[in-house]
Amino acid sequence: MRLVVDLNKCQGYAQCAFLAPDVFAMHGEESLIYNPHAPEEQRERLARAVAACPVQAITADGLEGLGERGTGSAQEAHDVR
Amino acid sequence: MSADHLGQLRREGRIVIVGASLAGLRAAETLRAEGFAGELTLIGDEPYEPYDRPPLSKSVLLGKASPHRTDLPHRREIDAKWRLGVAATGLDLSAKRVRLADGDEVEYDRLLIATGVRARPWFKEDEARLDGVCLLRTRDDADDLYQRLKAGPRRVFIIGAGFAGSEVASACREMGIPVTVAERAGAPLVGALGGVIGAVATGLQTENGVDLRTHVTVTGLEGDATGRVRAVHLSDESVVEADVVVVSLGSMRNTEWLNGSGLGAGPRGIACDAGCRAFDFRGIVTDDVFVAGDVARSPHALFGYQFLSLEHWGNAVAQAQTAAHNMICDGADRRPHLWMPAFWSSMFGVNIKSVGVPPMGEQIMITQGSLAERRFVGVYGYKGRIIAAVSFDNTRWLEFYQRQIERGAPFPVEFPTVDRRPEGRPVDADFPDPSLPTHGPMITLSGYSPADQQLVFHPARH
Ligand SMILES: Cc1cc2nc3c(=O)[nH]c(=O)nc-3n(C[C@H](O)[C@H](O)[C@H](O)COP(=O)(O)OP(=O)(O)OC[C@H]3O[C@@H](n4cnc5c(N)ncnc54)[C@H](O)[C@@H]3O)c2cc1C
Ligand code: SF4
Repeated sequence: MRLVVDLNKCQGYAQCAFLAPDVFAMHGEESLIYNPHAPEEQRERLARAVAACPVQAITADGLEGLGERGTGSAQEAHDVR
Repeated sequence: MSADHLGQLRREGRIVIVGASLAGLRAAETLRAEGFAGELTLIGDEPYEPYDRPPLSKSVLLGKASPHRTDLPHRREIDAKWRLGVAATGLDLSAKRVRLADGDEVEYDRLLIATGVRARPWFKEDEARLDGVCLLRTRDDADDLYQRLKAGPRRVFIIGAGFAGSEVASACREMGIPVTVAERAGAPLVGALGGVIGAVATGLQTENGVDLRTHVTVTGLEGDATGRVRAVHLSDESVVEADVVVVSLGSMRNTEWLNGSGLGAGPRGIACDAGCRAFDFRGIVTDDVFVAGDVARSPHALFGYQFLSLEHWGNAVAQAQTAAHNMICDGADRRPHLWMPAFWSSMFGVNIKSVGVPPMGEQIMITQGSLAERRFVGVYGYKGRIIAAVSFDNTRWLEFYQRQIERGAPFPVEFPTVDRRPEGRPVDADFPDPSLPTHGPMITLSGYSPADQQLVFHPARH
């Protein structure tokens, strides 16, 4: 699954790093380092991280089929305005 | 445009996007999200689908991501015709046609130009060809550089201490590789953030073991008998042995393919109005050619309507969305691109962010935290108002300052702030003389003329 974090929005709250530590990690006090390509077995965790980010900074695709939680990218699409 | 005509464009028009990267992809998504049902073509000279660049100097060099796995997620289906691995080589404005390197031509009703920038290469071509002399803009560059770093070079030499060069230096130190950084100005990041913050960046580099050389220029790269780089010669006559040299001298706008097209395009980018419509070379706005992303220069109301070029990820996204919207709308429904400049970087474990336009700042005051702790917010003032803010490991306050910039709040800052220290008095922000460009400021202020003054118009030869 492909993902990107809008690091202008990201506040370094680290929820994502807590929920999907193999994809997201804090580097220093508040810098987020992440792998833009999450392996398939991270699907559930990634979806949880996308949903938990308090500023909706994470956009991922390929999360379809996980119901409500997988809509991070769809929400972003409405951000257009 | 009549409603009829617009309806037809939205239903069955042809939209061509040149430049298949961040701005191109986000524009394509917006066009579809807003109901464009016609034919959409994306032309990109790289053989890859749009991928993200910021990780290339961060997680990729830290070994946390693969250089070939930073593809951007798609926000929706875009049902586009992709022409990847083929460059656009010319534009015929009156026939509304883009020429391609393979001889093909693609006609459009609306065109979006999002060809971005490329890394400025080392200026001596024979030296630039030496094995071990690297640039960092594309995923192939990142792959090459990462392989070289992993091989454990004796020393990496970085020419230019802007954000990109500093990020590479940070990655090298994390891998335990000896690294020398040369900067023409007095400190890293001065072009983007000024000398006060530059001094903090200096401390950050030297404490992390970077051999930082300022006020010097590189005069030559020396190769060995097998064509590999082996040493770097500096203006102070010192010679530094290195087997990897990273040229980080800022960027050049990808506008050459528009030479002779009549568009207001040149070395400083493509001028467009607040609605992202490109100007022609006479300063007259076109109505079917739009621009977005790193290649654009556009006027901003908050900053005196000066043309700004923003090599910022967030700008590419926002401008692409606005351009796409305006491409398929009528006058009154169009929106201006009024994005508040925002940027992030991370190096040596410190999160650096800015909002607004720091290089316009005459003075800076540290409103929160302290420079010595490298955890602070600095606010830039210009003619009595707040024009920008920068934070080191203090992100959470930036949004507040963004509102202050939008409101044109007075400078010096009068309100009390949390964690204000005695050092919080306004001082000269200490930007270098803008006529002596440092290594790649990420924001370029380029005056008020829609025509690029450095541009000489050559009519196309048919
Ligand atoms: C290593 C690195 C780190 C970065 N880090 C940060 C960061 O931390 N924060 C931040 O805000 N920004 C950062 N950036 C900047 C950010 O990546 C850019 O602002 C963004 O990529 C701009 O997107 P764009 O689509 O406008 O241009 P680009 O990404 O440059 O894309 C332009 C595309 O058009 C193609 N093209 C050019 N000419 C032609 C032609 N004639 N025909 C067809 N195709 C053509 C190019 O090959 C390219 O694929 C970084 C950039 C790099 C390289
Ligand atoms: S949860 Fe969101 S805000 Fe927090 S670190 Fe992750 S991306 Fe950033």
